[in-house]
Amino acid sequence: MSNLQSWIDNNTYHHSEFWDLKKLVDIKEKKNLKISLCLPTLNEEKTIGKEVIIFKSEMMERYPLLDEIAVIDSGSTDKTLEVAKNYGADTYLASDILPHLEQKRGKGENLWKAIYQLKGDIIVYVDADISNIHPRFVYGLLAPLIYRDEIKYVKGFYDRPLALSGGVRTTGGGRVTEILVRPLFSLFFPDLTAMIQPLSGEYAVRREILEEIAFPIGYGVETSHLIDVYSKFGLEAFAQTDLDKRVHENKPTQDLGKMSFGILQTFIKRAKALGILDKADHTTLLRQFQAKRDQYEQKLIEIIEDERPPMIEIEEYRKKFNR
Amino acid sequence: MKNIDNIDKFLSTSVKKLKKYREILLANLVMVGEIPSPTFKEERRVEFILNRFAEAGLTDSMIDDGGNGVGILAGTGDKETRKALLISAHADTVFSSNIDHTMEISSDTVTGPGVADNALGLAVLSTLPYILEDLGIELKNDLVLLANVKSLGKGNLEGIQFFLENSRLDIKNAICLEGIRLGRLSYSSIGMLRGEITCRVPESYDWSRFGDASAILTLNEVINKINEMKLPGRPRTSIVMGSIEGGTTFNTIAHEATLGFEVRSESEEVVEKAGETIQDIVMEVSSKTGDQIEFNIISRRSPGGIRYDAPLTKCARKVMKQLDIEPRLSPSISELSALIEKQIPALTLGITTGEQIFESNETIQIEPIYRGLAQVIGTILAIDGGYCE
Repeated sequence: MSNLQSWIDNNTYHHSEFWDLKKLVDIKEKKNLKISLCLPTLNEEKTIGKEVIIFKSEMMERYPLLDEIAVIDSGSTDKTLEVAKNYGADTYLASDILPHLEQKRGKGENLWKAIYQLKGDIIVYVDADISNIHPRFVYGLLAPLIYRDEIKYVKGFYDRPLALSGGVRTTGGGRVTEILVRPLFSLFFPDLTAMIQPLSGEYAVRREILEEIAFPIGYGVETSHLIDVYSKFGLEAFAQTDLDKRVHENKPTQDLGKMSFGILQTFIKRAKALGILDKADHTTLLRQFQAKRDQYEQKLIEIIEDERPPMIEIEEYRKKFNR
Repeated sequence: MKNIDNIDKFLSTSVKKLKKYREILLANLVMVGEIPSPTFKEERRVEFILNRFAEAGLTDSMIDDGGNGVGILAGTGDKETRKALLISAHADTVFSSNIDHTMEISSDTVTGPGVADNALGLAVLSTLPYILEDLGIELKNDLVLLANVKSLGKGNLEGIQFFLENSRLDIKNAICLEGIRLGRLSYSSIGMLRGEITCRVPESYDWSRFGDASAILTLNEVINKINEMKLPGRPRTSIVMGSIEGGTTFNTIAHEATLGFEVRSESEEVVEKAGETIQDIVMEVSSKTGDQIEFNIISRRSPGGIRYDAPLTKCARKVMKQLDIEPRLSPSISELSALIEKQIPALTLGITTGEQIFESNETIQIEPIYRGLAQVIGTILAIDGGYCE
């Protein structure tokens, strides 16, 4: 377990550690890296304009970290594409990319097609529904990849350690993460419980990884990425960055049910393929997170689901009730 | 006044040139506007602007002891003869920190609380050094950029007054930036007295005064009497009944009620006289009802400023004409009056058009911003070139 804690200590960042954008751009240029930003969209006219403007101004014109900003759309019926194009993003309809393939519709499809369409050695994916968008969403994810060649996949998470006092606090992901994904990872992939928010839609990945992994089209894409990259490249390929607060619309519980169902399908498919479904029989540790200031640590909780047999099998019972 | 034809060249192509800065300006607008900044709590906004100044290479940027953000773009002229031109934008808003400050951008508008008043003014202020450098514009004189705090309401222009009292800069002219409205040209301030009248009735219910023992009724009496005051048509004078607060619920007598009002006049004497009359009204109603009535003066401004045909006003009008901007002349009671008190020739300029001002869905139009910005840069060039003296 100390290995996992040392991974958390070494590979968990806060975006404020990367404030020196000039240095970041210098190293990016020295390493001759090309970086693409992909914003997958479906009816995001309210937030897309702001995202494109902020990333273009701050991450292309002021600090040229990004070489392209692309919106890949699933067929919005609002003005998403018009607004994005107006502010200078390259806009694509997912259905126009690799058009001879069978059409599929979902966020994962857009992310997958971005690998074909975009030029970058690194692709950074940012959801288009974030209302408090800030350049940190891009540089916070890119910096570990730019500074450390061994890192392949950087995941965003959202916490606010700098704004809090010294007490211990629980931390972690949203409802689906804590109710479904973390228990599943605790059972089958304990190492992956080190990811504080496995389902966050913001991540930056090297092309050589993206081209090697399959993409579920729907809700399971983030979960499958973690499992597949972990299985092929190990935990050391990952890093995670605290991007502070993320404001977006909260989903109703029924939608979370749909999301969980999709994730579960993806998960079972992978667990079966890896032949690890039996592993659940002897694992009783649930791994959650807590944080003290900016230090994250895992909280291990033993949950033993012991069972009693049917009462009919107990002799005393049978005697008492003449069964 | 000398000829400003050589600035015409800049103005004739400026709108097209300035469109290039759309993303940078709007990004600054959004980032500055999403930082809540109610009066007296402007620190985070000012810090953001200071970062922008520092990034643009303004080495002399600092937060002064009054909390104002100051950046100086040093001029290329001789140090001995160089003057300072102040560009200011107030950093505070009327919106509390609890309100969602998220900005929304469509193809042609930006919406969010305080986007017009005065996130846009601040965005222009913080983007100016970048734009001037990128356009290769070098000024002979020092450009002093000021994000002044504690401006609105009870802030009572404290920030800019502190700056003007304590800064050692020799400021010769000033331009105050307001997000809206494009065409606004303020060069004088009017006399103003802003006050609050609070009525209080005792908490114990007096059955002998059934029906009228309410702070609201007492305040109503005061309001009626203020309304009956005879105000002169010339010099132009008005009383704005701005806000009213009082009571808690349907069935409980209001123990306290407060009126916020403002007397405005072109004549200081009329303002003073109106103030005295209101004081008399308060005393009269108080003695008649037996209720406690308090009259607090929140702030005062003296009328003054430069003339319509002063060189600075003329220059600005010429620049506006060149850009097809119709000037709307209006006196001001904001930062401009603090500058006027210090005898600094100054103007207030608006940047764009907008609607729902002071609402949480305050909205500005993007397209007119380029002309608004061109007008600001054109006026700066005219002042720097010595054409406004």
